[in-house]
Order: sequence, then structure tokens, then C-alpha cells
Amino acid sequence: MVWDVLSWIFILGGLFFIVVGGVGVLRFPDVYTRLHAAGMTDTMGAGLVLIGLSFQSGLSFESGGWLITVRLLMIWAFLLFTSPIATHALARAALHGKVEPIRGDVEGGDS
Amino acid sequence: MARIVGLWFILFAVWLLLSGHWDSALLVGFGLGSCTLTVYIASRMDVADHEGVPIYWIGRFLLYLPWLLKEILVANINVAKVILSPKLPISPIMVVFRSTQKSDLGRVLYANSITLTPGTITTGVEGDQLEIHALTRKDVDGREEDEMDRRVSIVEGAS
Repeated sequence: MVWDVLSWIFILGGLFFIVVGGVGVLRFPDVYTRLHAAGMTDTMGAGLVLIGLSFQSGLSFESGGWLITVRLLMIWAFLLFTSPIATHALARAALHGKVEPIRGDVEGGDS
Repeated sequence: MARIVGLWFILFAVWLLLSGHWDSALLVGFGLGSCTLTVYIASRMDVADHEGVPIYWIGRFLLYLPWLLKEILVANINVAKVILSPKLPISPIMVVFRSTQKSDLGRVLYANSITLTPGTITTGVEGDQLEIHALTRKDVDGREEDEMDRRVSIVEGAS
């Protein structure tokens, strides 16, 4: 029961960050700033959802739940290595295609 | 040699955990065979070197990981605040940082760590110069980055 509640909290937290990341992709003005918002979904969003799911599978040896937990952690580890490379490749491709990044304060930002 | 043996053990551990077959001798035998074949091909291709299999880094990397996760958490909350604030207070900026790592792999780890923390993206690496795009000017005031640079250099160690 306690684990169910914890798992709900983590999954909802992850969903919150994924939704906010999506809102950010829509609100930010150019490719580079949008990449920052997209980066939120695969670090915090996916990370928290995976932690929440691993609370569901648990660590019990008899039912084999611990194997699923280990696999979820492995998915998370692979994401941790691959997502910055994908982000970097996108930013690099945009720079290579001569997309000028917006600089300085935008839309009445802080000074 | 230590790298080859280490790679074999890591591959076999991954095979066991992903397949979940512990009891069938035939299947475990196939797993052992495929791991051995993979390690043989990797050593023929010369990819089991200090970059492909950094087994001496694993311990120090696991010590670095909690700090990195804390930084990711803090940075995510900051970016979420920016996205949700009605004024959208962003001030995008491109800066160049100098990294103190000696090896390419150390620089990769530093650049990837920077990209992983939302708010900063490494857009280019030339020599020890890292070109970084930041969402707000505050994200690159240098304190977190210097700390990260120092910690990645510790992970890199003397080897």
C-alpha cells in the first residue's frame, strides 16, 4: 500500500515534467531553446516514471519482480547515455544548417 | 587482458539479467557462447580499449552519479519554473568553456553531463573548448560548471 502511494507520486511527478516539457517545446521561440524543454522529458520525466514503475515491480525474489526492476534501471541508464547525444546531434545539425540561435532577452524576459 | 575479462563479465551479467534464464543449461550455454563470440569480435576490432571498456572508471563514476542526479533535479525544477512563468523569462546565450580533462572520454563525460542538465546544451567541442548554449544567463554563471568540471576530472583520475 505504501509502495503503491509512492509509486503514484513518482509516476505523477514524471508525468508533470513530461507535460511541462511539452508546454515548453510549444512556448519557446527557437530550435535551441526548445531542445532545453525536450531535454526535461527524457531526464526527469522518464526517470521519475521509471522509478515509479520499479516500485510496482518491487524487489521480491520469488515472483521475479527484482529482474523487472533491474531492467527498468537499465532502460534508465541507457537513456542517461543516449539522450544527451541525441540532443547534441540535433543542436549540432541546426548549427551546421546555419540556424542562428536567438540571443539576449526575449519577450520581456529578465534583464 | 583485464579489460577483455571485464567486458566478458559485464556482457554475461547483462545477458543473464535481460533473459532471466538461470536454470536451463542449454540456454545459459548459448549465452556464454554468444558473450565469448562478442568479446572475440570486439578484441579483433580493437574496440575493447580504454575508451570502449573504461572498467577502471566504474567505481569513481558511481560516486559521481548521485551528485549529477542532484544537479539534474535542481536544473529541471529551474527550467520548469521558467516554462510555467507567464513572462517566459529566457535570455539565451552561447558561451565557451574550457575543460580540464586530459582524455577524450573525460571530455565526453563532461559534455554529456552539461547536456543532461536541462538549461545547458553542449553544441560543439574543439580541443578543450566546449561551446555551450544556455537557456538563461544564470545557467552559465560558472559555479556549477566549475564544480562539475572538477568532479569529472576526479572520475577521470590519473589513469
